[in-house]
Amino acid sequence: MSGDKTGDKILGVDRLTMRFGGIVAVQDLSFAAERTKITALIGPNGAGKTTVFNCITGFYKPTGGTIRLTHDDGRVIALERLNDFRIAKQAKVARTFQNIRLFPGMTALENLMVAQHNALMRASGFTLLGLVGAPVYRDAEKHAIDLATDWLRRVNLLDRADDAAGNLAYGDQRRLEIARAMCTEPALLCLDEPAAGLNARESAALSELLLSIRNDGTSILLIEHDMSVVMEISDHIVVMDHGVKIAQGTPREVRDDPKVIAAYLGTDEEEAAAVMEGGT
Amino acid sequence: MTAPSTNTAKPATGIPALFKTAFINALVALVLFSLMVGIRTEAGSDGQLTYWTRFGELASLVGIVFGGSIVMELLRQWIGPTGTEKLVPPAIRSGMSFVGRYLAPALLIFTLLVPVIFYNQRYILDLAILVLTYVMLGWGLNVVVGLAGLLDLGYVAFYAVGAYSYALLATNFGWSFWVCLPLAGILAAFWGVLLGFPVLRLRGDYLAIVTLAFGEIIRLVIINWQSLTGGPNGVSGIPRPTFFGIPLDNSDDGLAAKLGIEYSSTHRIIFLFYLILALALLTNWVTIRLRRLPIGRAWEALREDEVACRALGINTTTTKLTAFATGAMFGGFAGAFFATRQGFISPESFTFQESALVLAIVVLGGMGSQLGVALAALAMIGGFELFRGLEGYRMLVFGMAMVLIMIWRPRGLIGHRAPTVYLTKAQAISSDLVKEGHG
Repeated sequence: MSGDKTGDKILGVDRLTMRFGGIVAVQDLSFAAERTKITALIGPNGAGKTTVFNCITGFYKPTGGTIRLTHDDGRVIALERLNDFRIAKQAKVARTFQNIRLFPGMTALENLMVAQHNALMRASGFTLLGLVGAPVYRDAEKHAIDLATDWLRRVNLLDRADDAAGNLAYGDQRRLEIARAMCTEPALLCLDEPAAGLNARESAALSELLLSIRNDGTSILLIEHDMSVVMEISDHIVVMDHGVKIAQGTPREVRDDPKVIAAYLGTDEEEAAAVMEGGT
Repeated sequence: MTAPSTNTAKPATGIPALFKTAFINALVALVLFSLMVGIRTEAGSDGQLTYWTRFGELASLVGIVFGGSIVMELLRQWIGPTGTEKLVPPAIRSGMSFVGRYLAPALLIFTLLVPVIFYNQRYILDLAILVLTYVMLGWGLNVVVGLAGLLDLGYVAFYAVGAYSYALLATNFGWSFWVCLPLAGILAAFWGVLLGFPVLRLRGDYLAIVTLAFGEIIRLVIINWQSLTGGPNGVSGIPRPTFFGIPLDNSDDGLAAKLGIEYSSTHRIIFLFYLILALALLTNWVTIRLRRLPIGRAWEALREDEVACRALGINTTTTKLTAFATGAMFGGFAGAFFATRQGFISPESFTFQESALVLAIVVLGGMGSQLGVALAALAMIGGFELFRGLEGYRMLVFGMAMVLIMIWRPRGLIGHRAPTVYLTKAQAISSDLVKEGHG
C-alpha cells in the first residue's frame, strides 16, 4: 500500500472487506483512484459496487481493509475510521444516491444552500452572529447564494431555482443532486449511477457535465451501468463481480477483457472458471 | 364507520352500489352498537347484575348511520374526489392568498388592541392570555415537530420545568421574574438536551413513545419529590411579575400610584397580556430568523431526508439536539409565565393532555407554519370556550369540527411551505411535496 501512495492518487482502497453476517459483499478489494481523473466502478447487479461506495462514504463501517484519502496538501485521511457526516465534512468526500435523495419540499436553491451548511454555520458564528444579522454572515450567505447560482447555471437549472426540488423532472433532479454534492466543494465526488433513467440526450449532457467537473480539478468515482457514459468519460475502470475485482484498466483494455465479457454476458460456471484461469 | 365507504367509493357509482355501501356501514354500526347501546347493564339493588335491552335506540342509531352514509356518498359523488383542488374553486383560493398576505399583520394589530377594546371584560382578557400562552407553546413545539420533523409527545415536560424553575427560584431565593425567566428557559433547554441524547437514534413511533414517557417522568418526579416541589400540593405564593421592579398592586410603591392613576386590578391582567404577547412574538421572531439561518435549513433538511443530510456533512446529532433545546427553551419561557400568572402551580397542570393539545395545535395549524399555529391555537382554545354553552356535547362538537377540518385540509390550515431563500420570486411549496419527517 505505501509503495503506490504517490502524489497523484487521491483514493487508495486496500484489501477492503465487507461482511453482512455470513454474506461477503466485498472481498479483499484493492484499487486506487487518481487525482482529477474519472474512475469508474462497474460490474453486474449485486457485484458489491454500492457497498464499496457506502464504505468509502461512511455509511458502512468496513469489516476489514483500509481506505486512504490523500488531499492536495498531502494530508492523508483514513476514511474507514471516520464515520457518518465527518467523511463529508472533514474528508471532503461528497456523494449522490442511486435512488435520488433530494430535499423534495425545499427549492432547488435551498437544496444547494443546505449543502453549504458547514461553511455557513462557521460564518454565522454557530447561529449567534446570524441571529443578530451580523454583516459577516450576510456576506457569507451572499457568497453561498452566488456559488449555488453558479452551479444551478452549470447544471442548466437556473430558471428552476425557486421551484421545489420534488417538482423537477427526473433528469433535472439527477443533475441537481450532483450540483448539491458539488456545493460541498468536495475533493472526491462519488456518483452512484448518475445516468440511471436518463435518455440518450440527457446522458450525453451528463457526460459533458462530469468531464467539466473533472477538468475543474475534482476527482470523480463513478458507479454506472450505462456503458456509453462509462466508456466515453472514464480514465480508469475497475470491474467487480461477486465482491471481488476481476479486471481494471483503461476503457479499451476493460472492453476487450474476456473475464469482463464473461461476467457481463453470464457464461456458465465452468466456462467462466476456465476463462478466469485463462485470463490470469 | 366511514372506512368501508371510502374503500368502496372509488369504483362504486349508481343506486345499487350506494345502497350496498350504506348497508355495509349500517351492518358495522349494528355490530358495534349492539353491545354498546343495545344492552344496558347495571348493578342492581343487591349488587347483582341487571340488564335490559334498548333495541329502539339501537335501531335509530343504525338507521342514522344508514341514512348518513347515503347522504355522505351522494355528497362525495356530487363534489367529486375530496381534495382542496376540487373543494375550493381557484377564485376563492386566490382570494384566500390575498387574505393570507394581510391576515398576519391584521391579526397582530387586532391582538395589540385587544386590551383596549375589551378593557372591562375580564373574561375575554383571561381567555386572550390563555390563547396567547398556547400560541407561544405551539410556536415552540413547531420548531421540533414542524421544522425538524421530530414527533414530541412530551412537550409539557419543558413547560413544567420552566414553571417549576421560576416557582422554586422565586419562592426560595426571592429572585425576580426577569432574572428567573432566562434561567427557566436555560433549564428547560438543558432538559431538552438531556432528553435529546438518549432518543437521537430513535425515529417515528419510537421517538414519540420515549418523549411521551419523558413527559410522564417529569410529572411523576414533581409529584414524588415532596421536599423540593411540594408534591401534589404544588407550589403556592409564587410572586406576581413586576414592571421592572415596580409592583402592580394597590400599595404606595405600585405602578398605579407612581403614575398617579387610580388603581385597578385590570392593570395586572393587561400587563400579563402584553408580557405573554411579547414572549410569543419573541418566539416567533427567533423562529423566523432561525429558519433563514443554516441551522434552520438543516432542521428542515433533516425533516426531508436524514440520510442526505449526513452525506452533505451535516451533524445530525447536534442538529436534532439544537431543535430539542430551542423548542424546550420556549416551552420553559411559557412555563415561567404560566407560573407567575397563576401564582400557584401543581403537577395537575402538566398532564399528557397538555402535550396532546399543543401537538394538535401544531398539526392543525399546518406543520412549520407560524400563522397556521396561531390560527389553530385561536380555534382550539377559543373554539373550545365558544362551545361552552353546549355543555355535555362540547367535546363531541369539538371533535366533529376537528375531523371535518382534517378532511378538508389534511395538512393543516396553512398547507404550504414558504421557501427561506429565493433568487427571483418566492413561490409557496405545496404541502404534497413537503415531508412530515419520521423522527
